[in-house]
Amino acid sequence: MLFLENLQLAIEGLRSNKMRSLLTMLGIIIGIGSVIGIVTVGDSMTASVTSAMEGLGATNMLVNLQSKDADRSASLNNIGGASIKEEDLLTDEMIDTYMEAYGDSVIAVSLSNAGGPGRAQEGRLYANVTVVGTNVGYGTANNVEMISGRYLRDGDIKANRYVAVVSDKFVSNMFPSGKNPLGQEIKVSVGNNLQTFTIVGVYKHEQTMMMPSFGPDKDIRTDLYIPITTNRAIASIDRGYQNFIVMLSSSVDARKMVVDTQNFFNTFYASNPRYEVNAISMESMMSAMTTMMGTLSVAVAVIAGISLIVGGVGVMNIMLVSVTERTREIGTRKALGARNSAIRTQFIVEAIIVCAIGGIIGIVTGIALGYLGGYLLDLPTFPTPFIIVVAVVFSMLIGVFFGYYPANKAAGLDPIEALRYE
Amino acid sequence: MDEMVIEMAGIIKSFYVGTPNELQILHGINMVIKKGEFVSIVGQSGSGKSTLMNLIGALDRPTSGDYRLDGEDISQLSDNELSDIRNQKIGFVFQTFNLIPRSNALRNVELPLLYNGVAAGARSRRARELLELVEMGDRLTHLPNELSGGQKQRVAIARAMANDPSIILADEPTGALDSKTGRLVMDIFHKLHRQEKKTVILITHNERLASETERVLTIVDGRIVSERFPAADPATDPAAGQEG
Ligand SMILES: Nc1ncnc2c1ncn2[C@@H]1O[C@H](COP(=O)(O)OP(=O)(O)OP(=O)(O)O)[C@@H](O)[C@H]1O
Ligand SMILES: [Mg+2]
Repeated sequence: MLFLENLQLAIEGLRSNKMRSLLTMLGIIIGIGSVIGIVTVGDSMTASVTSAMEGLGATNMLVNLQSKDADRSASLNNIGGASIKEEDLLTDEMIDTYMEAYGDSVIAVSLSNAGGPGRAQEGRLYANVTVVGTNVGYGTANNVEMISGRYLRDGDIKANRYVAVVSDKFVSNMFPSGKNPLGQEIKVSVGNNLQTFTIVGVYKHEQTMMMPSFGPDKDIRTDLYIPITTNRAIASIDRGYQNFIVMLSSSVDARKMVVDTQNFFNTFYASNPRYEVNAISMESMMSAMTTMMGTLSVAVAVIAGISLIVGGVGVMNIMLVSVTERTREIGTRKALGARNSAIRTQFIVEAIIVCAIGGIIGIVTGIALGYLGGYLLDLPTFPTPFIIVVAVVFSMLIGVFFGYYPANKAAGLDPIEALRYE
Repeated sequence: MDEMVIEMAGIIKSFYVGTPNELQILHGINMVIKKGEFVSIVGQSGSGKSTLMNLIGALDRPTSGDYRLDGEDISQLSDNELSDIRNQKIGFVFQTFNLIPRSNALRNVELPLLYNGVAAGARSRRARELLELVEMGDRLTHLPNELSGGQKQRVAIARAMANDPSIILADEPTGALDSKTGRLVMDIFHKLHRQEKKTVILITHNERLASETERVLTIVDGRIVSERFPAADPATDPAAGQEG
């Protein structure tokens, strides 16, 4: 019944003391703002990682060399760690025998080696690239989407051909005139080498969160795919692989294949004192990632909870001051016939309003922070309506919780004492 | 067939009850006030006038003794019931006005109506009407700090009248006002008494103003020691006191 009147009263009170109201709200604003900001960025990251992983395909499996030495066995650590000797690496022969045994269940084996950053140059035109040596399966397993021409073929690999598949970005940089890039020769400098490749295909470049780009669009570095054998020769890379991706046919039991694959490759390493093979499905990597994100969310929630409690205590403190300041007013209201419950409601509503306004300012701040974070990390950002509703409700609950004690104190004042208060 | 609004018998009020410094302020007050009477209470500072007023107004409970308000025994009522009695039967007017500083005149007058559950439209109509009665109809949206002392007290009186209570309790309502403004306020009490048939109980230090009422009770050290009917004494007839 008194809610609207109390609302009006609370707003009158807040307006008459703007600075103090703002300072009181600050804790809530910071608390809610940081939650919304962090959650927004976190959600965008999760969405982006998930879509990147889905791009890789849930039925993909990573086969990875892993140290037998327990200290260095953290499974992801030695991806890209360069110190494995050639004699320990997984070989083409092992993969061939694997394919003989399991070929029916496998769509593609994706092999690659890194050629490093390079630059294609033709007069004033240039394009930044990352040279990647790949086999045919790489294109399949990574869903490389061809716009024109073709991906690398077995023949290119066997014959160490100097052919390349480039991105649409690369094409727009190097062939601004719209000339057909297929069949064109390009000169690419990688390290100290200058190599000439013939373009056989163009793929669609997709921005992923794994490779956020900074700086002007023109300088974006895109992958330049060349035959893995060619790259091996150019960059004098060891034969063999530390890891590779196997794309499983969707009809097979992925979990069983992971176990079988791991066992299969480990037969080659039974007598190897240093390394063994570990196979892991993308699905379980993804769920590990999701779990990690979940843990992160809980951590954020805890921090936010603490900051909101601090904010709430601030509100309680100001409400207690306000009750003391308005002791005579409370006495007067009681003399005019206000029941204790009416006084209590008045102060709780006031606390709720402070917290709700703080919460709303916090939401706006948080969304702004989320967009800023998304912009800096180059992520598509969408604030989650759910978290906003939760934030508003939660901040109002803080108002109720931390407003209750001061409000109860006000309600319990003896009318005579309150009226005599100087 | 006079109807009694206030009947007090052997009222004792002590503070700090049950502690070593227990302090008895009222020592057995016996008092009866008729409906529609205009009574003043005079006495030295600290004699217990305000304490008695608080008991009459159901703001406080007596330590012992019997108090009936409109025939109802007050001492047995709950806090909420006392709130309702204050809301509907009593109108308080204070020396220091006690207006809510952040609310304008209209909203101050609406307050007792609000606590009585009167709907917004009716509330504002009634409040306007009352403010016009005290000639404050042109100051509806003014905040208390934009009003003079006399104007504040008129708003406070309008507020006391909000729920049409039968009793108006005024504790030194002219104490903070100059004599001319005090006169104006006093005239309003006369009007409430004569036209609205209210029972008015006035605490004052001003003998002149006390003599304008129908009955003057003198309180000394927590006891009513004398009772006087000024109308019976032509020398202090209110009609004679014309200077302001
Ligand atoms: N709530 C209280 N607690 C303790 N002592 C009180 C309380 N209220 C009043 N007293 C004491 O009771 C005595 C009477 O106070 P009261 O306010 O009734 O006097 P008064 O006649 O109204 O005086 P004044 O004319 O100055 O207003 C004083 O000595 C005062 O200190
Ligand atoms: Mg007094």
